[in-house]
Amino acid sequence: MKQNEIKIKIQNLNFFYGEKQALFDISMDIFKNQVTALIGPSGCGKSTFLRCLNRMNDLIPNSKVEGAVYFDGKNIYDPQVDVVSLRRKVGMVFQKPNPFPKSIFENVAYGLKVQGIKDKYLIEQKVEESLKMAALWDDVKDRLGESAMGLSGGQQQRLCIARAIAVEPEVLLMDEPASALDPIATKKIEELIFELKKNFTIVIVTHNMQQAARISDYTGFFFMGKLIEVDTTETIFTKPGKKETEDYITGRFG
Amino acid sequence: MALGQSKFVEKLVFGIFRISAFINILALTLFLYFIVKNGISAISWEFLTSPPKDMMTKGGIFPCIVGTFILSFGALVVSMPFGIGTAIYLSEYANNEFLVRIIRLGVNNLAGVPSIVFGLFGLAFFATYLKFRVSILTGISTLGILILPVIISTAEEAISSVPSTFREASLALGATKWQTIKKVVLPAALPGILTGSILSLSRAAGETAAIMYTAAVFYSPHLPKSIFDPVMALPYHIYVLATAGTEIEKTRPLQYGSALVLVVLILLMNITAIYIRAKKQDKV
Repeated sequence: MKQNEIKIKIQNLNFFYGEKQALFDISMDIFKNQVTALIGPSGCGKSTFLRCLNRMNDLIPNSKVEGAVYFDGKNIYDPQVDVVSLRRKVGMVFQKPNPFPKSIFENVAYGLKVQGIKDKYLIEQKVEESLKMAALWDDVKDRLGESAMGLSGGQQQRLCIARAIAVEPEVLLMDEPASALDPIATKKIEELIFELKKNFTIVIVTHNMQQAARISDYTGFFFMGKLIEVDTTETIFTKPGKKETEDYITGRFG
Repeated sequence: MALGQSKFVEKLVFGIFRISAFINILALTLFLYFIVKNGISAISWEFLTSPPKDMMTKGGIFPCIVGTFILSFGALVVSMPFGIGTAIYLSEYANNEFLVRIIRLGVNNLAGVPSIVFGLFGLAFFATYLKFRVSILTGISTLGILILPVIISTAEEAISSVPSTFREASLALGATKWQTIKKVVLPAALPGILTGSILSLSRAAGETAAIMYTAAVFYSPHLPKSIFDPVMALPYHIYVLATAGTEIEKTRPLQYGSALVLVVLILLMNITAIYIRAKKQDKV
């Protein structure tokens, strides 16, 4: 395994929805400026795991977390940690594009404004930068004032990525960002992820094994709430260490 | 059952439902026809813009229109902050099931209280105990409580119909809960909240029993100068014309004219509400 700097270290993480345990004793490292893909069949806990990394699961009533998630060495489940500032450092892109019913400009500016940035020039600059980084600028530069709801699904998802990167997070969590998109839009998102990894650490949940193989440096395989195996993507797809992983990637189940 | 027979039942049932719908329309049409036919002759520019004269047998209803506007919008001003606040609390903040159930029970019961009881409560509490006397303040406070359940339930529905994905997106960008509510949830829920508010506005405009002891007077020589003055109001004016006059032949056209104006006002409010709702549906 290449030696990379650890960005997030997950240690013995358990997660419960009420009485039901959804994640079992998960430990793994996520490396800086690398793309880590999480694969596995539906309901295996990969999305739940992703949402533990920016404490999005806090919103679920009666849920419970055990274990630790170290972000740059600090446990994000420490009671002193401010969730709001954590989420500014760990951005998220959701499965379905979810732009706000506001203008394209306002969508991207939102995260900056809630942080209290008032300098109009700075906001405009950041919006343009983020839209360019998300490869959406040329599509929308003449209609920034129009509603984001008028964009196509693929454009909406790139807008959501622009919105997430505008606040300059260090980590970008992506929960099946291309699952609601057609192949052409998917290809654009994948190319984008490849570009984004220069600046961000990316963790992506995907249903699509080819996608994991195409875009990621590391791959973790989840099954029934357990992390079966995590290694470089090359190793996982060529000589997996566990039988379940091999069965899954060769299409014997899932 | 034979095929012919079941086809007959099908037609019969369809017919019954169609007739019920038709009766509904018929009742409304008859009602409107009756009001318009009797009231239209009284309507004139003078009727709408001048005060009553000669012991209500001549003149117009201008002070009543003004009073009705003041009372209904005033009630909305009193009620909206509490109503929307309650709705936000119930749908976004409350996590104590038991407390939520108690609040809901209270709201639902408030909705079932007859308006005359609100009127008596307003008289006892606002007018007498708080010494607001019979005044606009007493009237809008009483009407405010009366329309509170409508505002709460429509606002709560509007807020909870905002997709949770908007909230998640906002929180994931590092917004606080209140920023999320203020900048994303409330703007998205606003058309629904406005619709409910306008519907309660028309409810307040048409209310008689709740204002007869609290705000409305039989006759006032001048328009109210402050919220501590009483007002004339359309529904109470109609009631007075119908029950207290001795020269029935002279007051009857005025009474129907007033009823027509009130109905048109309420209709306009409801159309505005429907328009706002339709515009909102276009957007989604």
